[in-house]
Amino acid sequence: MENIVSLKDIIVEFEEGERILKNISLDIKDKEFVTFLGPSGCGKTTTLRIIAGFLEPTSGDVFFDGKRINGVPPHKRNVNTVFQRYALFPHLNVYENIAFGLRVKNTPEKEIVKRVGEMLELVNLMGFEKRSINRLSGGQQQRVAIARALVNHPKVLLLDEPLGALDLKLRKEMQIELRCIQQELELTFVYVTHDQEEALTMSDSIVVMNNGYIQQIGSPTDIYNEPVNAFVADFIGESNIVNGCMPEDCVVEFTGRRFECVDKGFDPNETVDVVIRPEDVKVIPAEKAKLTGIVESVVFKGVHYEMIVDGVDHKWVIHSTKAEPVGQMIGMTFDPFDIHIMKKTEDSAE
Amino acid sequence: MKLKYFSAPYLVWMVIFILVPLLMIGFFALTDDNGFTLKYISDVGQYANIFVRSIWLSLIATAICLVVAYPVSFILSRMEKHKQGTMLMIVMLPMWMNFLLRTYAWMTLLGNNGIINHLLGLAGLGPYKLINTSGAVVLGMVYNYLPFMILPLYSVMVKIDQSLFEAASDLGCSSGQTLFRVIIPLSVPGITSGVTMVFVPAISTFIISRMLGGGSNLLIGDLIEMQFLGNAYNPHLGAAISLVLMVIILVIMTVMNQFDPDDQVLM
Repeated sequence: MENIVSLKDIIVEFEEGERILKNISLDIKDKEFVTFLGPSGCGKTTTLRIIAGFLEPTSGDVFFDGKRINGVPPHKRNVNTVFQRYALFPHLNVYENIAFGLRVKNTPEKEIVKRVGEMLELVNLMGFEKRSINRLSGGQQQRVAIARALVNHPKVLLLDEPLGALDLKLRKEMQIELRCIQQELELTFVYVTHDQEEALTMSDSIVVMNNGYIQQIGSPTDIYNEPVNAFVADFIGESNIVNGCMPEDCVVEFTGRRFECVDKGFDPNETVDVVIRPEDVKVIPAEKAKLTGIVESVVFKGVHYEMIVDGVDHKWVIHSTKAEPVGQMIGMTFDPFDIHIMKKTEDSAE
Repeated sequence: MKLKYFSAPYLVWMVIFILVPLLMIGFFALTDDNGFTLKYISDVGQYANIFVRSIWLSLIATAICLVVAYPVSFILSRMEKHKQGTMLMIVMLPMWMNFLLRTYAWMTLLGNNGIINHLLGLAGLGPYKLINTSGAVVLGMVYNYLPFMILPLYSVMVKIDQSLFEAASDLGCSSGQTLFRVIIPLSVPGITSGVTMVFVPAISTFIISRMLGGGSNLLIGDLIEMQFLGNAYNPHLGAAISLVLMVIILVIMTVMNQFDPDDQVLM
């Protein structure tokens, strides 16, 4: 697959000398659903605005379809944006909002009718043509915003936290709907969110960002199963992160005990972050275990119970389908391949 | 229910100071010493040229105000919040001075031996006849009423979300297309109330035309004033002219209202 958008060494600095993006390089493949994921202030929206053309990078190059597009104004770029607060035109009705981009380009009336009709059907808003946008629900406004962008047949659709204002149920429906639209139209979607579950559900590829840096790029499975550092592990799903060290290959020591693992290639006795997913902690009888702890609390979460277990030096979060009574001493063990060893970074847990 | 009683003083105020005077104007315009007559209303026709001049000059002044105020208001509305306050104060500053004084200042500026002609003279130009022209009257109107155009425009524009401009640009609009397809349609309420707030006082002014227009640029305001305070003392005719002027303004404002989707024009 071809790269449709490429960012090379992008740096964005605001007037006060504050660096928002610190050297971002990134390739987005054609027809891919890419998600920028990170906490607020990590630079994900800034990166999106650079692709849209609302913001010029302080340095670095932006390529679109192989051509450098630095300095090309937004209205000459073949991308469209779905804005965070939708930014629908309050003086136009649903039909005219969707037709806006076509009218600007002096599209013949016949084609406008056809294309707007297709869009209304795609986003399931037939019969709403004459409605004022002030009389639409949040979900409907969202659909108009998507239709208004897609009607222009952009090569890339940029979505800036488009589902942030919707309630949970509607958000889940829209996630699936957006994914369907993307696959049906075979378009490139660049999606910005701080919701890790949303990112995992929809994306072909996730770009995890923090502090103006890209932390990791990979498929949802890669990012979840093989996080490259403690930040990614912590941000994607829940994690137990403890300090450890590597006395030798395939052996890791943490909370004063040695465990077998599968990672190698670290310096002898290098201090590392040890990341273990809550669902990978196995509960065994205390007398058989190297590591024990006392159950502090149990919360029913629907599919599983979440237990906080007070072990030596660390409170372990455990997801299990079986609850243990509070106050009980339990043992914990891990399979070697479930222990993830990561080099320390500036974002490591204390 | 209680709120109703709070409005009572305003109702009394409106009846005494708005409704009663209006009825009195109507009464004077349609009567003479012998009772009902349409004589004065038909007499207004003699002054058609003054009506035309008044409407024409105030339309020009309103148009200039709109053209000048529109970009100013837009720039103001896009400034950082704390700078907006300062800039608005500067716009309002001339209004802290007395209206007569402000207009009088223009007399000394525009006079045949005034500052402008003096400076032009140093450059070997002029002197030009600046004062006592209809141009000077329009200038006085624009100068005095410009803030009334800026304020309503600004207050509408400041509410337009910046993301709408980005959306327009994203959908293919150049800056010019954004202006005509988004900014102007969304600022229509500001335009209509600004136009009203400039046009109405401009068409009925008499000080500006008296001071800057000399005797040759009589406006409706002067005409009315003459009927009540001047040598031509004739309150019946004055009332009739006022009545006709009111009807004209009403008609023009109704036409303006057709452009406003929300019908929120000040009348």
